Amino acid sequence: MSTVLEIENLRVRFRVQSPLVALLKRNEDPYIDAVRQVSFKIEEGQTFTLVGESGSGKSTLALAVAGILPVADGSIKFNGDDVTKMNSQDLMDYRKQVSMMWQNPVGSLSPRMSVGGLITEAYKIHGLKDRDREVEASRLLQMVGLPKHFSERYPHQLSGGQARRVGVARALALSPKLIIADEPTAGLDVSVQGEILNLLNKLQDDLGVSMFVITHNLNIVRHISDRTAIMYLGRFAEQGPTDDIFANPRHPYTLALLSANPEPDPETINKDRIELKGEVPSLMNRPRGCEFHTRCPYVQENCKEQKPAKKQSSDNHSYNCHYPLAGS
Amino acid sequence: MSALPTTENVLTIRDLSIEYTTDRGVLKAIRNVNLDIPKGSIVGVIGESGCGKSTLISSIIRLLAPNANVPNGSIEFEKQDLLKLSEDDMRKIRGARLSIVFQDPMSSLNPVLSIGRQMTDIQYRDKKTMSQKRQRSIDMLASVGIPDPESRLKQYPHEFSGGMQQRISIAMALQAEPSLLIADEPTTALDATLEVQIINLLKELQSKMNCSILFISHHLGVIAELCEHVVVMYAGEVVEQGTTKDVFRNPTHPYTAKLLECDPARIAQKTRLLPTIPGEIPDLVSLPPGCVYKNRCDKAMEICDSKTPSWTDFKDGHFVSCHLVEAT
Repeated sequence: MSTVLEIENLRVRFRVQSPLVALLKRNEDPYIDAVRQVSFKIEEGQTFTLVGESGSGKSTLALAVAGILPVADGSIKFNGDDVTKMNSQDLMDYRKQVSMMWQNPVGSLSPRMSVGGLITEAYKIHGLKDRDREVEASRLLQMVGLPKHFSERYPHQLSGGQARRVGVARALALSPKLIIADEPTAGLDVSVQGEILNLLNKLQDDLGVSMFVITHNLNIVRHISDRTAIMYLGRFAEQGPTDDIFANPRHPYTLALLSANPEPDPETINKDRIELKGEVPSLMNRPRGCEFHTRCPYVQENCKEQKPAKKQSSDNHSYNCHYPLAGS
Repeated sequence: MSALPTTENVLTIRDLSIEYTTDRGVLKAIRNVNLDIPKGSIVGVIGESGCGKSTLISSIIRLLAPNANVPNGSIEFEKQDLLKLSEDDMRKIRGARLSIVFQDPMSSLNPVLSIGRQMTDIQYRDKKTMSQKRQRSIDMLASVGIPDPESRLKQYPHEFSGGMQQRISIAMALQAEPSLLIADEPTTALDATLEVQIINLLKELQSKMNCSILFISHHLGVIAELCEHVVVMYAGEVVEQGTTKDVFRNPTHPYTAKLLECDPARIAQKTRLLPTIPGEIPDLVSLPPGCVYKNRCDKAMEICDSKTPSWTDFKDGHFVSCHLVEAT
């Protein structure tokens, strides 16, 4: 199995003060780091899931990986080539092999284009004139389980689940090696959610495509993903094989997320739940020491001052915590 | 078709239907819906997107789209039929006795006014001085767990995190101590840990103020944890209603049973093929006769094609509309 994507020490930052204001106020660092010190790998044909609360930097990381946001530091290696050093021609080529499923299924489709036009737009952009767009459109629609005549429809005539399927078809148009799916099931009810996830799983089995899935629904992570990372304030608090993360969470934040997941059974509620107090700190004002210490239920004195180093347990399971929970 | 025994209802919906006039014809969004909200209880509504949840809420607060029309039914709230009230009388109830928390706090709060201004503005009914209104706002913010509320009154919505914004929306909705709070998927934009915080907050405020809550959600786990009663909607009809325990433990309508089966949280074994409900919701413009669910139901019988099932009390206030129940 080969590594498709390898991210090392990635940092993505945004300017929060204009250069002039920063100069006048003598602010030497007018940036926030939305993604900081992130490293991970995605193997061929595998699914990597990223979990974290809103504002933790998940979408920023996805956009950086897709080559849409500039990277401040670190490297993104796709099949060994560093994306951050590519010229625009190579980037164009890179984007053929990596495609994106956007978060808002209807909002990401132009309301003025038909479904057929939307899913074959990539051929036009990449200058693949030899493809018969009509034939391609019906091939892609068939792959995602929509009838052919849908290529005549417009986005407002689609239901949420159908719009997602069109999103999947669009992502598949150029037969990518990697699909980045940002919240692929947000806002869908459980039955339609199941359909979309089954579709993604099936396509992965058939086409061998790798996936990078962003979600905050822990229930689906368990079923679709091979590796999982938990993000907090732009950093990975923990990452490892999905089964291992669910069975032996080592970082308190992971444990809190797992225990907060409400069970759909009115009688087994509230057992051993860890409720986090307080709010997520602002990126403008990151806490000293361990960045989770302001909300951590097991906080100790030195957590407030010292940054925890990355620790590794067996099987590529790593975490940033001074006092990791004992794995069973 | 009697109300639930023993308790008094704050809201009683009887035989309510709502239609929309569209280009394609009359769309029957809601048909013959019955719903009871007992005083001081939390009632959850579950159902797929497009099943009429939003239409139901809009009809209760009387903010239906202009092309809507109510052919029959009544919505009795505190002994008056909301559908018969004049617009002036309705305005006196809306926001005072009956209020609502929307899905996305960022779009329900006004981005160009400070939180303090918005919170004092909505107290326009009260004959109080400005400083009393300000104090009331501070108290409300404190009661939803916003630290240092006095200084935060000056801030604008974008300066708060998603969880905080939703707390503020809840504070504003409860500010007039309404007897019914409608919460329309208030936790979908939040991650698991914040979701739990909001649920606990709603529970706590509900018991303190003794108001009733109508809680709408896709998330079955949240409903199981928060609500005492649950209402299951399908394609514009209420198909099952009862205590959460009864409905989740002993789902009687085939749709409810399937919906619960589809929840990935209930599937302990890791699987690549999640269960789904095959088929589509029938077209609400040209409804076929008989039961609405029959085309997707694996227990459909001959009678389901011709006769609409009636709303039957299956066991102690556990209502179901299905021929299978009528038969026994």
